[in-house]
Amino acid sequence: MRELKILAVVVALTLITYWGVEPFAHSQMHPHVAAADFEFEDVKKDISDITSLTGNAAAGEVLVTSNCTACHAIKVKGFPEVMDHASAAAAYGVTPPDLSTAGKLYNAAYLAAFIKNPAKASIVEHKFVDGRAHPMPAYNWMQPQEIADMVAYLQSIAPEEMTNKEVFTNACQRCHSIKYADMKNGTMAAYTPDENIKAYMGKIPPDLSQMIRSRGHEYLETFINDPQKHLEGTAMPRVGLTEASQEQVVTYLEEIGDSKKAQREELGPKFLIYLVIFAIFAFLWKGSKWRDVH
Amino acid sequence: MAKFEKANSVGEWLDQRLNLTTFNKVMMTEYWIPKDINFLWAMGVLLATTFGILIISGIFLMMYYKPDIGLAFDSVNYTIMQEVAFGWLFRHMHGVAASVVFLIIYIHMFTGIYYGSYKQGREMIWISGMLLFMTFSAAGFSGYMLPWGQMSYWAAMVITNLFGGVPVIGDALVVWIRGDFNVADATLTRFFMLHVFLLPVVIMGIIGLHFYTLRVPHVNNQNSEEFDYDEEAEKYLAGNKRESKVIPFWPVFISKDLAVLGVFLIFYFYLVFFHYNFAMDPVNFDPADNMVTPAHIYPEWYFLWSYEVLRGFFFDIAGVKAFDVGLIAFGFANAIFLVLPWLDRDPVILPAHKRPMFFIWFWVLMADLIVLTVYGKLPPTGTNAWVGFFAAVAFILLFLILPIVTKIDAKKRGAL
Repeated sequence: MRELKILAVVVALTLITYWGVEPFAHSQMHPHVAAADFEFEDVKKDISDITSLTGNAAAGEVLVTSNCTACHAIKVKGFPEVMDHASAAAAYGVTPPDLSTAGKLYNAAYLAAFIKNPAKASIVEHKFVDGRAHPMPAYNWMQPQEIADMVAYLQSIAPEEMTNKEVFTNACQRCHSIKYADMKNGTMAAYTPDENIKAYMGKIPPDLSQMIRSRGHEYLETFINDPQKHLEGTAMPRVGLTEASQEQVVTYLEEIGDSKKAQREELGPKFLIYLVIFAIFAFLWKGSKWRDVH
Repeated sequence: MAKFEKANSVGEWLDQRLNLTTFNKVMMTEYWIPKDINFLWAMGVLLATTFGILIISGIFLMMYYKPDIGLAFDSVNYTIMQEVAFGWLFRHMHGVAASVVFLIIYIHMFTGIYYGSYKQGREMIWISGMLLFMTFSAAGFSGYMLPWGQMSYWAAMVITNLFGGVPVIGDALVVWIRGDFNVADATLTRFFMLHVFLLPVVIMGIIGLHFYTLRVPHVNNQNSEEFDYDEEAEKYLAGNKRESKVIPFWPVFISKDLAVLGVFLIFYFYLVFFHYNFAMDPVNFDPADNMVTPAHIYPEWYFLWSYEVLRGFFFDIAGVKAFDVGLIAFGFANAIFLVLPWLDRDPVILPAHKRPMFFIWFWVLMADLIVLTVYGKLPPTGTNAWVGFFAAVAFILLFLILPIVTKIDAKKRGAL
């Protein structure tokens, strides 16, 4: 009985200390932020004239072909990259994305708002002051119907299914490397060369290999959805991923950064079962030895 | 030379040469431990086991770890964590054991304080134990640097900077410790040497000393009862096991230790597999970057109380700079436990619940250490800074009044 009381005291002090230095301290250091908003409510008022319209993909094709392909590749439709990554980065600051998958990756309302005003939709207007301009011009001079048509077109050409890696390379790799995905050949380096991306972003965006361990699910889910929530003033744009695409990105980060997770979770219970058996035998042995002395 | 008869078995052959039977008696079957103990007396075996886990997992980690600032981070987080078969398991075991070992050290230490097992002949047990605490701290700190993550780098920066506060030679000392003007490759390589060679060797030596110090004064018991060990041992050997106040280390004492160890290992491996972030700080999974200071720099949890004593003095006092006041307090906090046997002026060994004033002192100290630990992690702003200040002052005062507190108890009992 006395031993159980002592154990209760030891456990209580340990738990109080643990609570103080982990959950409590972290809640103080990293204030809670609002949940991710995959509806992108804030852009809706900017595109209130567009949301009610039904886009026409055929009309959109003409508009996208004539307005976008000067800079953007659309490989599924036979528009290759205009120049290699390094030259494109030198010309624009950052390598422009291929638009083949944009209709799947990005939320439709966000996409419309982005076409209309890229810096505003991606919440990086603070970067483009003093004569600096976003490399993609705003298409706010277009008719609402035209923007709706372009979004409809991008959605019509987008693939139904993409692998986690494809989502990552399309949505993240223009700026971020994830070297652990291919340590031998280095194919997972960022598309934009270091010196260009440094000039464009202010610093080299971090390699994402260990983000799943250093930031964890909860942080990544709110951060990718809106980087400003955790890092006010950051140069990283909000990219407007749909909930499904973002989940694929986070899953990919986990596949690369925590590749042994499945093995760990499978092995853990086996260790614990073994140790429970060990503890039972140890208690039985103890009982047999102490019976004689008490 | 002694005359050797022909041996009839391998055991006998060895016994002739090594006297194993006697050795076994001295070390195991006739090494006497008091019977009146509880599970807190098993912490020594838990610590030895955890140290064993650290050594074995450390050996496997060392096979792939590269002590070079260009290679260290990837050798840990890619090679060991993802490529080597079960490398992640060894790293998790090593990282979590390094944290949990301090939990057990603290339980061991405060058990000693509570039951008064540090005085009246047991001073060397206490001092060798405190030396182990210090060398384990150095091992923990040097090991934390090896993955070369953000916390590795900035903790090394902050802690090596502290030596700059040493009068006269401070600045030169910092450079000497780092091997460079900055925390750099030379720093990493020498901390690697300390962590995998010098400190483990020293720790093993002190563990040997710590065990040896128990021989003469013997292990204390729950009620601090004094008795004649030889007499009690005779009773036991004569078969009066129930009346005897002692038990042999093997197998009776160890059987209880193993039962406690079983429970401990369930807890430990649960942490290894499912709850490791407290011991492997997520911030350290960002590679070291001397251009980016993390938003919050804090040491591992087991250093937080002394870190907060250092940080608690955040304003200049009587013309002495805050940094220097903090450093003096920090030095005090780390050295004061060593002289605990002489601060306790009560000539009798008794558990704290039989020493009314000391009992209060003990629990106030525990509460203060928990407050220091928690506030050592929180950002030191606003109220937090003041809580830290008062908790740090309280810590120092507690040790200054200890001689008075213990004398009052002794006087009331009529012992003085």
